[in-house]
Amino acid sequence: MAPKDPLQETFIEGSGNTYLSLQDSVGNLTLDQKRHNRFAWWFPFVLAFGMLQVMMLALTMLVFVGTGIWGINNPVGWGFAIINFVWWIGIGHAGTLISAILLLFRQQWRNSINRFAEAMTIFAVMCAGMFPLLHTGRPWVAYWLMPIGPNNLGMWPQFRSPLVWDVFAVTTYLTVSALFWFIGMIPDFATLRDKAKTFVPRFAFGMLSMGWRGASRHWHRYEQAYLILAGLSTPLVLSVHSIVSLDFAVSIMPGWHATIFPPYFVAGAVYAGFAMVLTLAIPVRKWYSLEHIITLKHIEWMAKIMLATGLFVFYGYICEAFFAFYSGNPFEKAMMINRMSGPYWWSYAALIFCNGLAPQILWSKKIRQNLPVLMVVCFIVSIGMWLERFVIVATTLHRDFLPSSWGMYFGTIWDWGLYLGTMGLFTFLMWLFLRFLPIINIFEVKELFYKMTGRHGAPKPAAAVAGAPEKVTADE
Amino acid sequence: MGMDNEQKRNDLAALQAKLAQSRGKDLWRGLEEVSETEEFNRWLDDEFPNRGTLPHVDRRDFLKFMGASMLLAGLSGCRFLPKSHIVPHVMGPEDRVTGIAVYYATTFVQNGFGTGVLVRTYEGRPLKIEGNALHPSSLGASDATMQAAMQTMYDPDRAKAVTYRGEPSTWELALGSFRKCLEQTQKGELGPVAILTPVTTSPNFAAWLRKFVNQTGARWFQYDGVGRDAAREGVRMAFGDDTTPVYDFKKANVIVSLDADFFSEGPGHVRYTRDFAERRRVHGEEVELNRVYAVESTPNLVGAFADNKKRCKASEVRQVAEALATAIGLGSGGTAPASVGDSFVQQAAQELLANRGSCLVVPGEHQPKEVHALAHAMNVFLGNSGLTVTYVEPVEADSKSGVLSIGRLAEAIGSGQVGTLLILGGNPAFDAPADLNFAGALSKVEHTFHMGVYANETSELCDWHLPEAYFLEAWGDARAHDGTASIIQPLIEPLYEGKSQLELIAALCNDPRPGHDLVRDFWMKDRGLSKEAWERALHDGVIEGTAGREVAATLQPLNLDPAQTTSGLEVIFRPDPTIGDGFYANNGWLQELPKPLTKTTWDNCVYVSPKTAEELKLNVWRDADNPQHDLAEVTVGSASVRAPVIIQPGHPDGAITLHVGYGRTKAGAIGDGCGSNVYPLRTTATMHFAGNATLKVVGKTKVANTQYHHSMHGRDIVRYGSVSKYKENPTLEPPGTMHIGGHGKDEDKYNLFRQGKKDHAFDGHQWAMVIDLGLCVGCNACVSACNVENNIAVVGKDQVINGREMHWIRIDRYYGSKDGAPSLDSPDTHFMPLACMHCEMAPCEPVCPVAATVHSAEGLNMMVYNRCVGTRYCSNNCPYKVRRFNFLYFTKQYEMPSLKMLMNPDVTVRSRGVMEKCTFCVQRINKARIEEKKSGVPLKDGDVITACQQACPTQAIIFGDLTDEQSQVNKWRHEHRNYTLLPELGIRPRTTYLAKVTNPNEEVEA
Repeated sequence: MAPKDPLQETFIEGSGNTYLSLQDSVGNLTLDQKRHNRFAWWFPFVLAFGMLQVMMLALTMLVFVGTGIWGINNPVGWGFAIINFVWWIGIGHAGTLISAILLLFRQQWRNSINRFAEAMTIFAVMCAGMFPLLHTGRPWVAYWLMPIGPNNLGMWPQFRSPLVWDVFAVTTYLTVSALFWFIGMIPDFATLRDKAKTFVPRFAFGMLSMGWRGASRHWHRYEQAYLILAGLSTPLVLSVHSIVSLDFAVSIMPGWHATIFPPYFVAGAVYAGFAMVLTLAIPVRKWYSLEHIITLKHIEWMAKIMLATGLFVFYGYICEAFFAFYSGNPFEKAMMINRMSGPYWWSYAALIFCNGLAPQILWSKKIRQNLPVLMVVCFIVSIGMWLERFVIVATTLHRDFLPSSWGMYFGTIWDWGLYLGTMGLFTFLMWLFLRFLPIINIFEVKELFYKMTGRHGAPKPAAAVAGAPEKVTADE
Repeated sequence: MGMDNEQKRNDLAALQAKLAQSRGKDLWRGLEEVSETEEFNRWLDDEFPNRGTLPHVDRRDFLKFMGASMLLAGLSGCRFLPKSHIVPHVMGPEDRVTGIAVYYATTFVQNGFGTGVLVRTYEGRPLKIEGNALHPSSLGASDATMQAAMQTMYDPDRAKAVTYRGEPSTWELALGSFRKCLEQTQKGELGPVAILTPVTTSPNFAAWLRKFVNQTGARWFQYDGVGRDAAREGVRMAFGDDTTPVYDFKKANVIVSLDADFFSEGPGHVRYTRDFAERRRVHGEEVELNRVYAVESTPNLVGAFADNKKRCKASEVRQVAEALATAIGLGSGGTAPASVGDSFVQQAAQELLANRGSCLVVPGEHQPKEVHALAHAMNVFLGNSGLTVTYVEPVEADSKSGVLSIGRLAEAIGSGQVGTLLILGGNPAFDAPADLNFAGALSKVEHTFHMGVYANETSELCDWHLPEAYFLEAWGDARAHDGTASIIQPLIEPLYEGKSQLELIAALCNDPRPGHDLVRDFWMKDRGLSKEAWERALHDGVIEGTAGREVAATLQPLNLDPAQTTSGLEVIFRPDPTIGDGFYANNGWLQELPKPLTKTTWDNCVYVSPKTAEELKLNVWRDADNPQHDLAEVTVGSASVRAPVIIQPGHPDGAITLHVGYGRTKAGAIGDGCGSNVYPLRTTATMHFAGNATLKVVGKTKVANTQYHHSMHGRDIVRYGSVSKYKENPTLEPPGTMHIGGHGKDEDKYNLFRQGKKDHAFDGHQWAMVIDLGLCVGCNACVSACNVENNIAVVGKDQVINGREMHWIRIDRYYGSKDGAPSLDSPDTHFMPLACMHCEMAPCEPVCPVAATVHSAEGLNMMVYNRCVGTRYCSNNCPYKVRRFNFLYFTKQYEMPSLKMLMNPDVTVRSRGVMEKCTFCVQRINKARIEEKKSGVPLKDGDVITACQQACPTQAIIFGDLTDEQSQVNKWRHEHRNYTLLPELGIRPRTTYLAKVTNPNEEVEA
């Protein structure tokens, strides 16, 4: 007997599932607004809205007073803004990985989490994209970084600068992710349009579904477009964070000028992204009773990916330290000693704990399935990934070549305000998404259910007719 | 009803009347409060406020008025304009072109002594002060204070009007009031008149003062907050009569400094520094260096530079002087204090004796008279008189009255002998010795007048304050350190109502004349200058043949008082290294200028040696990165002062230093509340140091330093070595130095980036700079000059703490040690001026996303402010961290109308959010290039001089064209000592350094 391929398992748990019950669990979550009208939705939403106001205040101050409200100074020209930018961009990566790479590898289990993760990607990139523009001294001319070209501005941006590459990387990423997300939702919009009982959702989803009728030609084109976009997104998983890492690696600063940066940043991004997906998925599946769709197996496998990418990242830290000493470059060596024992030693120690040591408990299956502990690990990893960027930015810049110019860097209340504010924006958008859009891919879940149960396994024909898009059954 | 309403609407008169009636607690605090009143609101609502005060005119009256006005308008044409000597050009003279600078010679006065300067003016607006090459005290160089004085000129907090007890008044009323006092005195109804002035060298001003004294029987007193009384007394003690010593450092092979800082204070210090540097130049095989032995109390620039240095308490310097005198065979019985050691004194004595006639013993300005007397005695004994030191007739107009004459004034006031007191300049209420309680004494004088550039603490206590014209606004004269007289000629009409002291005293002698006439008449009528000579004096800035005549210096037998020793903890009082005695407290450029040794800004601190700090249980090993310092309370007698503690390596043990000048309360918007006032600790008997101080820590406070790390961390940053090391290996590079990408022989061999095509097309002149670290004394003149030339913003104490100071050039100061052994007690001090290096492979350029920093064909790394969006990536990638970012709207201050006038029109004033940095004074390069194009004559070496280079007293900075084989900059770059900072980065900076060669006597025991 051939060993069972665990990845070909199917993942809708429980015995009483029907197409109708799945439609009710997933699709009607959007249509039946009363199901959101409770503490679990309102509390995070109001909190996030409050934090969003903090962001608006911090941005207003920033534009009217200047970057001087932050803690950046002469040796340390970059601070929270760049740290947060890299952090948010990294978080986005899990979504793309789940939607694109797992799709190409035909991993069926992605179906129950991809929509959710893609939304997270887009919102994280929105948070991230704000920083490179706003951290400039004159944000009102930050658009000069865009390749708007000589026709409008008289000159091109300076293409040798990694910051210009960033602009390309991030805008491409946002565009492709948004398209991917939207196209993936079109069949679901159509389902919601059809199921809606009142005018507003029917009209809104009707517009969004772009005339989807479920015709086989539609399905054909949909599948093609989706695959092409997945193909486009796949290199993005690797390229976006590689390019972000070049902001550092291209410079000549000890601690930045290292060839290991691109792969180690990509691993870190996926690592942080999965931590964030878990952080959101664990409470949401409970609050919205989705445990049978986002199952413990999903959770466990995401935890495994975290463990794997966490090990890549840890390997990166070891390499960095090793080469600092092995290179014989006195400045690199001094930088690494300063990282470990200088005034920011605590950040480096905390980083090693958060990203290197804490996730090792995920080797245990029990821990992987223990949701509260897993949540804590995910939080630790998120903090760790933020600290990683803090260590890279602050400890390199604050002590470089000439001791005379050495200094210290600390975030101010406005730095923290903007950081918390973007968390508010992220949560705010995420919670709107939870309420107004299908958070789990309706048709793919039903397709999965069909694959699990087959035609004969379908409990009740009536339910199948009512719930499943006709084409799915027709194509099979 | 209408009438009633009209009445109520009337105008502000009712409101003012109402306010005038309010008393006591009814005082209104702000306009908001007033605006709540009914009258005010009605006034505000009225379409034509104040119309009630307009006369009700009918048509006929209106026509009558119109006709009369037209007649009067015609009449006004016949009125003589107020006599004015500087007028805007209606028809521009032929040689004046808008935008082309015109230079005028004038004289800058410090502690009464004049230094000749050339002032650059644009369209009649003085902008920048440079040294006058023809003037003996300058020789073309300047110092930090002279440079920054420009900001004092345009300071919006300067005194603007005559005030009587704080209310605006007029000159007529003030003079009338003074004349009334004189009349009353003559009638015997009022005590005599007294005049208090700073020590002056102006022969003209002194003549008028004497005339006034003779006319009115007034008494004349002199006082300087930080004066030279001890120096004058010392001379009198040595020679029995007053003379002024003039040193010639060019001729001195061996110099012994007895706590002297001839690089930064005292008459002629700029000239002395330049002469001194002539003996420190190393070219190829020529290494003929002078040698400096320094004994210092508070670490100073001479000590930092010295080849052999010892530290001791300020009170012990006299013992060193006695020991040295004994060692050279003059007198007997002197023994050096343990902290200095016999070996040092013996070695110094030996070298002095071996260099009779070509050595020099220099006493410190702040040492008691005995040290001065001993130093002069030694100089005469060693045959230096007439060679390395010349004694000339006293330069001060009245050198005798100087000695603490303010004490006699206080005494006279106390006994009711002063009815009217006229204080010309100075700030005695703030800086007089504490035991005199001068502020209290002022209240006992019936009528007090104070004239000053600022309305300061003294003006506040006086009845009348008279605004004084700044030296750039007034006529006058002053004498240099060697007695050479020069004219102070104004560059601009007084901005406010200021008059000069000279004009005032002439007016009080009932001979009111404009300053110009007073000065011209004095020199042409009294001193017999011909018209040509007068004009030449104005043009050159020096009056020929006025240098002090040498006098025979015959030593008197020295009757030294018993040594003034201190017990317990000693406090050494010093003027502040940047704001001096406190006059410059409101000068932002000087406040933010880092103190040369500690790199502290905006504050005066308690300086204490590491060992003493440990004994006093101060936080010695505090975290270098943390701006939190111990806040100490220092008590001397009954007075105490609170200031932050700074651990100063090289400070003598058992003593602390406090700088006076801070703690001003009436300095202005910038100077108020900075630092703490140390003057209350200083008494007549303890003007320079006091004993039995106590120090206790009372808390923590933040100090704004511009440099926190003081060691080079074993990196090859400042290269240095002794003469013997230089002879072994003239490159002075440490063993194992790599030569990659530098300007060595293997220049391109290892450079990955330069194989194949060149990155920039270099074409035309190739600008480069070389800085000789062996000549840099760390005096800050370059930093200050750059501030003025390039419109550098002042950011304030908090922003300096945040690391956001904007100086384009900084002087890094590192403490090192001989033979690599770290020494906190007496470290070697190294200075390294650092501005943008203009790297040929500049790392800042490729990382800028908008190409706002680019390379010119002439090798300049340029900033395009308009294009900069402010990502700060360039600064992050700069290994020297010389780029400066406008984190906030730092130049908002320059929107004030008077400070706007301070801005150099050739240099962009940078706004918020853009990066800036040294441009190699590109505006000067462009100017020279335009001239080159116009005239067709190729630029010569030296046609372009950067601001820092121009100011530098030691000429340690050379700038020029690399394509000119014969240029000075090429010559320096071919020196063996030439090296690149951080060569391994391969960025090929255009600024290189010459390693520092020191000349220590290895025989001196550590």
